[in-house]
Amino acid sequence: MSNVPSDLKYTKSHEWLRTLPDGTLEVGITDHAQHALGDLVFVEVPEPGRKLSAGEAFAVVESVKAASDVYSPVAGEVTASNPALASEPEAINSDAYGKGWLMRLRPAAGAAPALLSAAEYEKLIAEEGG
Amino acid sequence: MPGAVHDWIPELPVTRKTPLFDLHQKLGARIVDFGGWDMPLQYGSQIAEHHAVRRSAGVFDVSHMCVVDLKGKGVRPFLQGLLANDVGKLKVPGKALYGCMLLETGGVIDDLIVYFMGEGSGFRAVVNAGTRDKDLAWIRRHAAKHGVEVIERTDLAMLAVQGPEARAKTAGLLSPAGGASALALEAFFGREIDGWFVARTGYTGEDGFEIMLPGTEAERVWKALNAAGVASCGLGARDTLRLEAGMNLYGSDMDESTHPYESGLGWTVALEPRERAFIGREALEAVRAHGPQRKLVGLLLEGRGVLRSHQKVLVPDAGEGEITSGTFSPTLERSIALARVPAAAVASVQVDIRGKLHEARIVRPPFVRHGKALVS
Repeated sequence: MSNVPSDLKYTKSHEWLRTLPDGTLEVGITDHAQHALGDLVFVEVPEPGRKLSAGEAFAVVESVKAASDVYSPVAGEVTASNPALASEPEAINSDAYGKGWLMRLRPAAGAAPALLSAAEYEKLIAEEGG
Repeated sequence: MPGAVHDWIPELPVTRKTPLFDLHQKLGARIVDFGGWDMPLQYGSQIAEHHAVRRSAGVFDVSHMCVVDLKGKGVRPFLQGLLANDVGKLKVPGKALYGCMLLETGGVIDDLIVYFMGEGSGFRAVVNAGTRDKDLAWIRRHAAKHGVEVIERTDLAMLAVQGPEARAKTAGLLSPAGGASALALEAFFGREIDGWFVARTGYTGEDGFEIMLPGTEAERVWKALNAAGVASCGLGARDTLRLEAGMNLYGSDMDESTHPYESGLGWTVALEPRERAFIGREALEAVRAHGPQRKLVGLLLEGRGVLRSHQKVLVPDAGEGEITSGTFSPTLERSIALARVPAAAVASVQVDIRGKLHEARIVRPPFVRHGKALVS
């Protein structure tokens, strides 16, 4: 049973997005994704200031099993990345939507990403057998 | 290149199942295809399962492995010709031997354990699941000449109970006399006890037993082990444990294109006595005469990150090599690997991880043994 908070937006590649009060977006991987990956042991996050295009790989999350890319759902500039993950990658396993956030970015002007609602994402993972 | 997160959402393959499959599902295991079998990768946290084996005890379903009984008058000379290690060393009933079955080229067909079951009872071999078909074909082809009977024991399940408390907890499931008999086993010996074949062997670097028992009993025994405090462990933990223990995995660390001397398996090749002819001997003698060009070494990543198989290894003034198995070591809390590198490599190398070079130190495996770190 995956946890899919209703106040977030999602992507088909299992990232979540939260709109912060200042208009920037916080991005991480979903509870479903962390469960599929297993115990995370290493996370590579982007440098603040890096410009990303929509769909670009911005982070690598490594579990005991494998390394996986995480894609930016939207074009923009990275304003912060989560410094705690260097010493505590397992925060993604224990709190994917909170302490496990990967980056914050300021979306580029006019960026209108195609995102999923919580209900749509729940349907997607149900179809994938999750 | 790393895969995407969505590559790791499991699919549902059609594969073979062990007698424990239903129980694995009930225990909440994530099931994966391994060598054509539906096997448990992990039940909960793979790292927690790893630590259970290093600190207490864990049980693995290894029923996918292929158990073959070899019987007949000519079985000893047959095996002496088939294996690069010499079953002539097996004089006492129950004694086990690890070795390789080679092509004429010296390439490794498979690695296996053979147990001497006693005069008149022949030998028992345990080979890998993924190589079963070619192994059986090869064994049968050569067995015919020696009048050796090859009997695959698909009726048996196999459990590996591993960890510092594994033997005591397993003995508690046996009759009092059987338990005492099991606890009296020396390392690398097996014995028929209470209708099971119990061997003091394993693939984790910890003490423990591997038990071959009727498939019909497997579920009851697994539950009894769980009740005794033995953790259910999947193939994920099995892989990190064996890699910490510096043990090879067939298909990753060696295969038909590599010979034992470049696979860290020179110690399993018995060139003495000289008159013993075995398949691959001439090729190995030629390698010995010139010295192997490559070797398998242990690597310890100096910084953060995770070494993975097929990453390129750069050796100062000696060329390039490749990682054959890499992982995050839960015991050392850093990344370790086995790598095939030019024979001249010493001290340190660089590993290409996603286009960036990272320093790694050459160390002699094992990395961890009996719960203790051997490198730092």
